[in-house]
Amino acid sequence: MNFYTDNENLSFYLHHPDMEQVVAVKEKNYAEAGSHPEAPANAEEAVAQYDMVMRLLGDIAGDVIAPNAEEVDHVGPSLVDGHVEYAPGTRRNLDALIQSGLYGMALERKYNGLNFPRVVEVMAAEMIARADVGFATIWGLQDCAETIQHFACEELKDKYLPRIYEGATCSMDLTEPDAGSDLQSVRLKATWDEASNCWRLNGVKRFITNGDADLHLVLARSEEGTNDGRGLSYFVFDKADGGMTVRRIENKMGIKGSPTAELQFTNAPAQIVGERRLGLIKYVMSLMNGARLGVGAQSIGLCEAACREAEAYAASREQFGHSIDKFVAVQDLLAQMRARTDGARSLMYETARYVDLSASSKPASRIADILTPLVKLNASEFANRCAYDCIQVHGGSGFMKEYACERLYRDARILSIYEGTSQLQVVAAMKGIASGAYLKQIESYDAKAAEGTLTDDMERCLETLRKATEEYKKFYELAAAEGTTSELFEHQTRALTEVLSNIIMGYLLLLDSQRDERFMKSCKYFVKEAIGEVSKHIAELSC
Amino acid sequence: MSLKIVVLAKQVPDTHNVGADAMNPDGTVNRAALPTVFNPEDLKALEMALRVKDQTDGASVTVVTMGPPRAAEIIKDAKSRGADDGFVLSDARFAGADTLATSYAISQAIKQLGHVDIIFGGRQAIDGDTAQVGPQVAEKLEIPQITYAEELMAIDNKSITIRRRLERGTEVVKAAMPVLVTVTSAGEDCRFPNAHRLIRQAKDEIRMINADSIDADMDRLGLKGSPTKVKKIENVVLAHKESVVLEPTEAALNELSATLIKEHIL
Repeated sequence: MNFYTDNENLSFYLHHPDMEQVVAVKEKNYAEAGSHPEAPANAEEAVAQYDMVMRLLGDIAGDVIAPNAEEVDHVGPSLVDGHVEYAPGTRRNLDALIQSGLYGMALERKYNGLNFPRVVEVMAAEMIARADVGFATIWGLQDCAETIQHFACEELKDKYLPRIYEGATCSMDLTEPDAGSDLQSVRLKATWDEASNCWRLNGVKRFITNGDADLHLVLARSEEGTNDGRGLSYFVFDKADGGMTVRRIENKMGIKGSPTAELQFTNAPAQIVGERRLGLIKYVMSLMNGARLGVGAQSIGLCEAACREAEAYAASREQFGHSIDKFVAVQDLLAQMRARTDGARSLMYETARYVDLSASSKPASRIADILTPLVKLNASEFANRCAYDCIQVHGGSGFMKEYACERLYRDARILSIYEGTSQLQVVAAMKGIASGAYLKQIESYDAKAAEGTLTDDMERCLETLRKATEEYKKFYELAAAEGTTSELFEHQTRALTEVLSNIIMGYLLLLDSQRDERFMKSCKYFVKEAIGEVSKHIAELSC
Repeated sequence: MSLKIVVLAKQVPDTHNVGADAMNPDGTVNRAALPTVFNPEDLKALEMALRVKDQTDGASVTVVTMGPPRAAEIIKDAKSRGADDGFVLSDARFAGADTLATSYAISQAIKQLGHVDIIFGGRQAIDGDTAQVGPQVAEKLEIPQITYAEELMAIDNKSITIRRRLERGTEVVKAAMPVLVTVTSAGEDCRFPNAHRLIRQAKDEIRMINADSIDADMDRLGLKGSPTKVKKIENVVLAHKESVVLEPTEAALNELSATLIKEHIL
């Protein structure tokens, strides 16, 4: 089974009209064409490369990672002499991906990467997560390479980046027992060792995903006497240099193949990434945005898996003389699951395109920043909902361990928690809500939709989306009546974010429908959600 | 000394994805309706060749196939998995070849490569199931052959040791080079393509070799060189009512033997 070729939506987004611009930015206007044997000469050639490599990855996801998922979930990693040993299936997954040259696909070619844009990276992450969300966390942490690529000195880049291509695994060591969402409280100490010409790390990190990775990016307090984010710097630590042991592997509810570890650093040698004091305020925030998009991809992969499990079961399970997918109640569940998956996916690839365009455009960067929390919030909540509905479609069988849906249900639960809870995504969205940046983005979608060809059906959806946007403005006025720092406003922030999300996903699916009408069904779902929810909130606040 | 390895490969219809229009009304195969794949056992042979390459310094792997120009797809596939080179024997004069004419064309092409140490091939192709081409190539090149290979046990610059399947067990065979080895489906799965190689192969032109380039006797090629004549192709689907259940008794077995002799099956 190939997870790329069996899902025509992926090719649809790979061939999005804006990809021409994305590729031109990523390839720096094709500067390497002719001088590097793998560099494309134009967008068409680049997209053909992406397509080829996604087929390869789709094969590995479908034929290696997915068949291993159940065994990996049961066996899990183990702690041996202070270090993690992956489940055998995890090792097989890694070997297949490393051997195929897929690790480090976003790295520049001089570091043996494929120089692929973020759009393609999240597509890879989506397919891998559809196969196994737990493994997707290990795969996704290679994003750490981007932090090194963007912020580290040339010496560190040359030392570490080629190792990512060779399969060195990564971890992002931020959380501590007393520093979770509040990373300003990080206490792990970094001190300069003049004699060894390196920094030394001492302290404990907790809940570290893929905690015994080969390369660690560690947030640590380098400035003695400080107690806020301005005293934190970012370090790269190489496990091969010693000084770190795994104290324990957490016994988790889901993503059990992914080792979540507590780490003890004892005089561990490390090098600083970028400048002192910018660890949290610049580098981690940058890494975190990438990680949030990555969790979006994991969530959509899980949604896709849940949809397919539910659709297959509903088509084969017979009750009252018919397969249960003939019953309206089940059809509704399946349609809602599919619509949520389509909406979140469209939003994610839109965001990824803006992330790619950010490299050469400040406005694109600002749009990427406001869309990222919406991806993380909606995709992860939808993944939980899809996993729940998947079990519902299975009925009593879904409650049994024999079906994959129970694993999906357990795996989904972390998605709305790690890399920033849903509540924190709402906080992140508030800036764009208060500044009107989301409304500006909606205006641009509206103009684009109006420019294209609209069927009667699409025309109606567009009108309703316009109406929902006007209603949203009323809702905002009511919510902010006592000021944007009031308790009343704070109570409405999640609802405001969700209404905006529904309007945006409605618009994006409408634009997708103009390229392929099959998205209309899902578009209508979000149009109805947007108008229905906003009216409900206005009614509540007007009482 | 660097080993020179050849892999025999074939592009075949994907029999796992057979649709309703796979057969023409006259009983012949409707090739246009079938997607094509790398013959599965040839992929196993390629993997064994690549393992030899991994274990020896400077070895090279060349993949040879015969077929229409689109067969170049499997050469590209093989190169993206690690083969160094490959070409397609493609010429209208090769068309209609049975196993005798095919093995003749392939063996002539291999002779043009100069000294070859090991030739790997799949035991058989899924569209013909004859298992004849490999052994016939070995005979024509007058080299030893190891058939039904499952595992590469050892390799050095002069000999290869293979575990091969027998009817009731396995045997380990050591053969001096040059040698031809046919690999069964029990061989190791072929490695996945490498993304970098895949991208580079996309720009490659695969060589097409015609009948004039292999120093061949034209009468031994294609339909002309094929003693096998296909009288009829029938799509046989056994229905339950056509089967006979026999009691496990001596009398029933005797009756079965008599019937098979009468039908000229035994």
